[in-house]
Amino acid sequence: MERPLRLITTSPLDDLARTLEALLVVASQPLSVEELADAAEDDSARVEEALELLAGRYEEGRSGIVLEHVAGGYAFRASRDAATACSRLFERPVERGLSQAALETLAVIAYLGPCSRPDVARIRGVAADSVVAGLVERGLIAESGRDEGGAIRYRVTPLFERVFGLESLSELPRLDDLGGNAEEIRGRLEAIAERRPA
Amino acid sequence: MHVRELELDLDAFEGPFDLLLTLVLREELQPRDVDVADVVIAFVERLAERDALDLDACGEFLVLVGALLELKARELFPDEEVELGDLDPEEAAEELARRLEEFRRMKEAAGWLSERLEHEQDRFFRLGPAPLAPRAERRIAPQQPEALVLAMRTLATEPPEVSLAHMGLRFPPVAQFVERFRSLLRRRRRFDFEQEVAGLPRVEQAVAFLALLELRKSGEIQIEQAAPFAPIRIARAEEGTTQPAEEGDSSWNARSA
Repeated sequence: MERPLRLITTSPLDDLARTLEALLVVASQPLSVEELADAAEDDSARVEEALELLAGRYEEGRSGIVLEHVAGGYAFRASRDAATACSRLFERPVERGLSQAALETLAVIAYLGPCSRPDVARIRGVAADSVVAGLVERGLIAESGRDEGGAIRYRVTPLFERVFGLESLSELPRLDDLGGNAEEIRGRLEAIAERRPA
Repeated sequence: MHVRELELDLDAFEGPFDLLLTLVLREELQPRDVDVADVVIAFVERLAERDALDLDACGEFLVLVGALLELKARELFPDEEVELGDLDPEEAAEELARRLEEFRRMKEAAGWLSERLEHEQDRFFRLGPAPLAPRAERRIAPQQPEALVLAMRTLATEPPEVSLAHMGLRFPPVAQFVERFRSLLRRRRRFDFEQEVAGLPRVEQAVAFLALLELRKSGEIQIEQAAPFAPIRIARAEEGTTQPAEEGDSSWNARSA
């Protein structure tokens, strides 16, 4: 039986990896494994294997391009080494100048969303209308139905996850781990109450 | 001056102030419909009519209008599930602590996000609208353009010319049968037409019949037929009984008939 002689053996995943590379370089937002598998007409398990191969090739420090797992999908970004050069040429309109109020509102919506402006206002103690409008404009939050009272509810977008470099919202620190000094607040309030004449 | 008797003329209500409060408390009048500013203006106008300031009246009015405002405020924000004012001090402190705690958590979360943003400052990535192709409803099987060309080529071929050969009827000349019958009658006195033309095509039979008529016209033959559809018998004409044929009739043929 005659066979063509092959001097270099290529991994069977190489073709798939090349296709994924091409898809990722065209995409302007993270692509999920399912999207990649559909486009490449291959099965998810093989796509994940090929992505692992690519992740090795495009890891920080090896190339100007880095493959990252972010916002529920995979995307190429510039390596951190090139950040300074990038910043000379490119603007970052989404996250530029986010105010403290905007960050607090984002936090409320990220943790408790979908939630309405009154929900945000109740927690922050001030009206949230303009802050919410600003976040919608930046694309960090988006409308997500209405509550029983008819108020529009908001949730954070995949862009939020991408900007903050989160694989998913589950990467946010647990709410229970935050506000660790709750006991301290309680103690202070009790002290004030005791000092008041009964 | 009795504040309770202050006459009001509002959009939603007309009458003394204490009746207004009674109606609101009985929920017969919606606080949201009461313009509190108009009530205050009415009181201030009444106050201005007097020389001396009636402090008692002012105090009473403040209490009443304050109550009205609180009712209105509560009605406008019915969702507030816990009214701090309704709680005893201990519960109120607990509720306040809970809210502060919640806010403190969110503030820390915001701080975490801020740090994260700082840390991600050097992550640059492509941003922009991602016009993903609409999902195809179903995939079309791969096509071969050559097959399409072949099909087109077959369709584009000129069809073979249709033969009209069978359309033209060919008639043997009448004269041919005239001669044939004459020579027959030279050998025999009489003959049977059907017998003579049997086996010939219909067209030739018709031409043969025309030849008969021609011979009859020139008086060369006699034709007998016993009955319609009976055999046609032909006999040589007797000398002297025949009429001479007219000149030029020999040009008769099937087509001109």
